[in-house]
Amino acid sequence: MATNMSAKRLMKELGKINNDGLPPGIELVQSGSAGSELSDWLFDIRVLDENPIYKDGVYRLKFRFSKSYPIEPPEVTFEKQTDRPIPIHPHIYSNGIICLDLLGSQGWSPVQSAQSVCMSIQSMLTSNTKNERPPGDEEFVRGNTLRPRDIEFLYHDNTV
Amino acid sequence: MDSEEDFMSQMSSDDENMNYDSGDALSDADGMSDPIPPQGMPPSANIYPDFDEDYDQPDPDFDLTSKDLEKTKKQAHIVPFNVYDPADIQKQQDGMINEVNMILDMTKEDAAIMLRYFKWNKERLLEDYMDRPEHVLEAAGLNTTTAKPPKLETIPGFMCDICCEDDDGLESFALKCGHRYCVDCYRQYLKQKIKDEGEAARIQCPSDGCGRILDSKSLDILVTSDLVERYNELLHRTYVENKDNYKWCPAPDCPNAIECGVKKNQLNQIVPTVECHCGNRFCFGCPNPDHQPAPCELVKKWLKKCADDSETANWISANTKECPKCQSTIEKNGGCNHMTCRKCKYEFCWMCMGLWSEHGTSWYNCNRFEERSGSDARDAQAKSRVSLERYLHYYNRYANHEQSARLDKDIALKTEKKMVQLQSASGMSWIEVQYLNSASQSLQTCRQTLKWTYAFAFYLQRNNLTEIFEDNQKDLEMAVENLSEMFEKPIVELSDQKLKVDIMDKTAYCNKRRVILLEDTANNLAQGKWLFNGDLNMGSSSSGTSRR
Repeated sequence: MATNMSAKRLMKELGKINNDGLPPGIELVQSGSAGSELSDWLFDIRVLDENPIYKDGVYRLKFRFSKSYPIEPPEVTFEKQTDRPIPIHPHIYSNGIICLDLLGSQGWSPVQSAQSVCMSIQSMLTSNTKNERPPGDEEFVRGNTLRPRDIEFLYHDNTV
Repeated sequence: MDSEEDFMSQMSSDDENMNYDSGDALSDADGMSDPIPPQGMPPSANIYPDFDEDYDQPDPDFDLTSKDLEKTKKQAHIVPFNVYDPADIQKQQDGMINEVNMILDMTKEDAAIMLRYFKWNKERLLEDYMDRPEHVLEAAGLNTTTAKPPKLETIPGFMCDICCEDDDGLESFALKCGHRYCVDCYRQYLKQKIKDEGEAARIQCPSDGCGRILDSKSLDILVTSDLVERYNELLHRTYVENKDNYKWCPAPDCPNAIECGVKKNQLNQIVPTVECHCGNRFCFGCPNPDHQPAPCELVKKWLKKCADDSETANWISANTKECPKCQSTIEKNGGCNHMTCRKCKYEFCWMCMGLWSEHGTSWYNCNRFEERSGSDARDAQAKSRVSLERYLHYYNRYANHEQSARLDKDIALKTEKKMVQLQSASGMSWIEVQYLNSASQSLQTCRQTLKWTYAFAFYLQRNNLTEIFEDNQKDLEMAVENLSEMFEKPIVELSDQKLKVDIMDKTAYCNKRRVILLEDTANNLAQGKWLFNGDLNMGSSSSGTSRR
């Protein structure tokens, strides 16, 4: 049942994206084999307005859906490629890990979708004015061996 | 429960065992009558109010102890507390829910949600609700209350937003907020929340941004019985965890909670040791096991200090010296006596610790004795040595008792076997060998106390009070070692009637010495009479910082 649910849900999401398209600035690059144990989806996202921090930048987002999606949140990280850097943001670590409450089990709601997460991250970039990494970035990136879902983020900063 | 009454009955539990033992031992010693050994009382049974009846029964021994009890009612080292089992906790919750249910005219489910939202603070709930009911309901996730009971529905044309299923006849569920999802998704969601995330009191509607909290009636129709059990357990927990004067018994698998009125700011005057029905003795003020007579703050400091440097200090003291200038610890691993500190580049002689340049031409051969810088350095070093040695003195004794207590625990396991052997060897009955059990328990408790007296003494400034304290400590220690030795004797000797009397005597004496020591420390602590040294900040009592 659980495997079916995740696969079916992802199929539906994919169908909707193919039908209705995605909002401007968001592109689906790859939708991994739906129905397998773990499936990866890749998106390219762009910031649309004239925010100087992200001007002309294209960023690669990787979604990993577990079989209990959408009850559990997907694991979402930025992936570094030669022409796709990790965006500079006070809540995005330089290894691509994103500190966003809706990706943690507390803030996640099963009604969210890959598309809505992309839009949230896009708007998180758009509204950012600080050209900096999170405090303690270097140390975190060096020391972290946990997967994003196992990290205990403190979502204390609601300004960015 | 009436706390006053429980307070007394709790004290009776300690006293009872003690007085009982002593009275028994004495009568044996005097009259040489047929020994009636103390019975293995369940140590906690008398905390139950239900057991009160038992005491009313005409039992000569109980009469004796209750008379003694009247005399020694107020003991400074015992704090009042109550032990509650899961049923008690449930009853308390139900009681509060019923009260709110009657006063505010809301369903019990809603009352429960409200109470949990207000962290079981009924007064605040009532006050806030009277002020602005709408706002409070909204905040607790109970807006737009209607009387319709929750139920599963099949709605034509419904598609679940979670799994995107839209089959005909798909059963769905919605809270009063109207966010509707299929039953399978809802169950999946609840399972995740309850099983994996351990949430209970504040599970919200799955919809994004909807704060509606799932009530227990809805839960009943949604989840299977195994989850209900877990859910109720989690709800229990929030009740205890939300109350400042409640704490779980930290023993593994013990479901009981303890209520104790000692507040955080009293902890420098009182050491709140409590004892659960399961026999676990622990401190209500901090996460450690019973650490009387040392106050929590001292214990924290001591444990940290021991974790830091006790073993290391041992080695350092034997193998290194400190740089006379920056006090960095230096190990000489060979070579000549001309030392250059890696850190501060100070050059000195390893032999006399004096400045190297003062050695003049007699390099590599330190035969000078009274050089000013050298004697200063030696003084400073001697000082730090003394402080280290002082620490190690107390630490070693602390560690000794800790180890002995561990060994005694093994012995306690063996005691059971010993008691059986003794029964067959001497023809004594089960009840007649119970004195061994009392002795073993007394040993462990006393060792635990002794252990902490050393940590306590380490931080004490010397004065007349510490002399009394040290005398008490010495007496208890001697008594414990004596008892320990007797206790270790082989079965053949144990079956000797005289040794039995001796052991019972000693057990009673140990318990008495322990109470005397604890009373003395607790009284002085309550009155702020102890002077602590160093950086130990115990409120008003820490005035000086001098060492002995």
